[in-house]
Amino acid sequence: MFQNANLSNLLDGIPHAVVLVDKNLSVSRMNRRAEALTGRNNDEAAGIPADFILRTSLHPFPDYFKPVLQERQIVAHEGDVLDRNRKIVSVRFSISPIESNSDDLLGAMVILEDLSLAPYLQEKGAGSDGFDGIVSLNQKMQEVGEQIPVFAGTDASVLIEGETGTGKGFVAEKIHHASKRSGYPFIKVNCGALPEPLLESELFGHVRGAFPGAENNKPGMFRLADRGTILFTEIGDLPLTLQVKLLTVLDDGEFFSLGSTRKVAMKARIIAATGRDLKEMVREGRFREDLYYRLNVLRLRLPPLRERVEDIPLLIDNFVKLFSSGNLAPHFDKDARSVLLDYSFPGNVRELRNIVEHAITLSHGETMKREHLPEYLLRGSEEDKYASIWGRGQKTDASDAYGDGRNRSTKWDDVEKEMIIEALRKSRGKRSEAAKMLGWARSTLYRKLKHHGI
Amino acid sequence: MKVLIAVSRDDIAPRFDLTVEVVIIDVDDGVVFPEPRELLLSEPSGDELCALAVNEAVDLVVCGGIDEVHYEYLMWKKITLIDGVVGPYREALKLLADGLLAPNAIVRAAAQ
Repeated sequence: MFQNANLSNLLDGIPHAVVLVDKNLSVSRMNRRAEALTGRNNDEAAGIPADFILRTSLHPFPDYFKPVLQERQIVAHEGDVLDRNRKIVSVRFSISPIESNSDDLLGAMVILEDLSLAPYLQEKGAGSDGFDGIVSLNQKMQEVGEQIPVFAGTDASVLIEGETGTGKGFVAEKIHHASKRSGYPFIKVNCGALPEPLLESELFGHVRGAFPGAENNKPGMFRLADRGTILFTEIGDLPLTLQVKLLTVLDDGEFFSLGSTRKVAMKARIIAATGRDLKEMVREGRFREDLYYRLNVLRLRLPPLRERVEDIPLLIDNFVKLFSSGNLAPHFDKDARSVLLDYSFPGNVRELRNIVEHAITLSHGETMKREHLPEYLLRGSEEDKYASIWGRGQKTDASDAYGDGRNRSTKWDDVEKEMIIEALRKSRGKRSEAAKMLGWARSTLYRKLKHHGI
Repeated sequence: MKVLIAVSRDDIAPRFDLTVEVVIIDVDDGVVFPEPRELLLSEPSGDELCALAVNEAVDLVVCGGIDEVHYEYLMWKKITLIDGVVGPYREALKLLADGLLAPNAIVRAAAQ
């Protein structure tokens, strides 16, 4: 029925997830975007009822196909699907019949248009605030905002540098959504999160039998990204052997999946982000110089929040609006505001956002006071704060990557780990209480526990 | 081990939050105890299903897709999850009893 091999190219050219189903509503073929959305490849999904693969909110699923299969109508519905990352994604389903030349009904085509992209598109059209949604009065940040549309207009690799929490992922996503690739996937790969063999398989994919345990073909991130954008976060953590392979892919524009002899073209744009000083790593022989220059075609440096203190009140107001459910947003009283303005925010914008969310949650919509702030902010002077968080009077090593006095915050990861341990100790291991103390959602705490290996 | 399976007729339900039928069954040392309890919820609700799993002191939940919020809640309650499973639930149970059921497994119906 859909055995013509050229169909693959046709379907992959559509900038939405597309699933072809037979008359029994079983999956016959999916394009790459549908594979990326569902986490299933064509081999796995073929012959399985589409509802079980797509996991939609359309219920009962067959009812939505009746006008299509019985009356040959084209229909559209809004709903959602549960994607491979356990996220519920709003989509518009367009379902149309597929007929043969002799008018026999063969099945139906389901196009899933991701509605979560709509706000980005509207923002693009309206030119909302002059520099693409970035809240800042700071000149350096305004320059970053001005560079985003320029960088989005090219296909060159981008290197984004900045401390943790400065918004590297946010900026990368902005570049993607402002580019002509915005209709294709934006795939994020954390180079520090997986051991080397797993990371290699995640990136390049594998064929069945490539190694023990490889029971199915897996497309890999490069294929899933298709003509979209891949963001490599923590690129400095990429093992040297994979650095060579990544360089080869960037140079040749093609790669082999593990265990395969067939070359696959790499069409995605690469953005790399790091909190480390890659140049220093190159000097130390821990990062390949050729890869550094290959990635560093366009470069953005995001300033830490302490270099853009003029933005703190603006960001506070912005996050208060974001986290307030009603029309009347609560506000910080003078005392609480001065605690915030005096703080150095080693965790940058992300930490400020978490603190505001914490205060809003605890204040129950009333004016936010000192006591609604996380406890660690109120422990006397900053030195005391760090001494008590770290418990050993330990400060940091000398790895001040930017030479701007950020040595304390380059160790934010360590500080954060100690804060978590401290909170868990105080809550006697009760994670929900610890999460509350830290001003995080439970899910955030779980993610961070995993990240720190606690 | 007490197991809760979110089902839709004979299959594992595609989505946890939209499930109205559950099967609760004991599986111990590779043996599936013969009398599963089948429960029907008045309306689909992921929160209700989570509460049911906790109140029933379930050790393991087998389901199709589950959203992050309910996934993390069950993990927090120390309930093991095997999610993303597709296929007939009785076959999945057999695999579970043999220690072979993994997340995202596609379980095929046994040949008649």
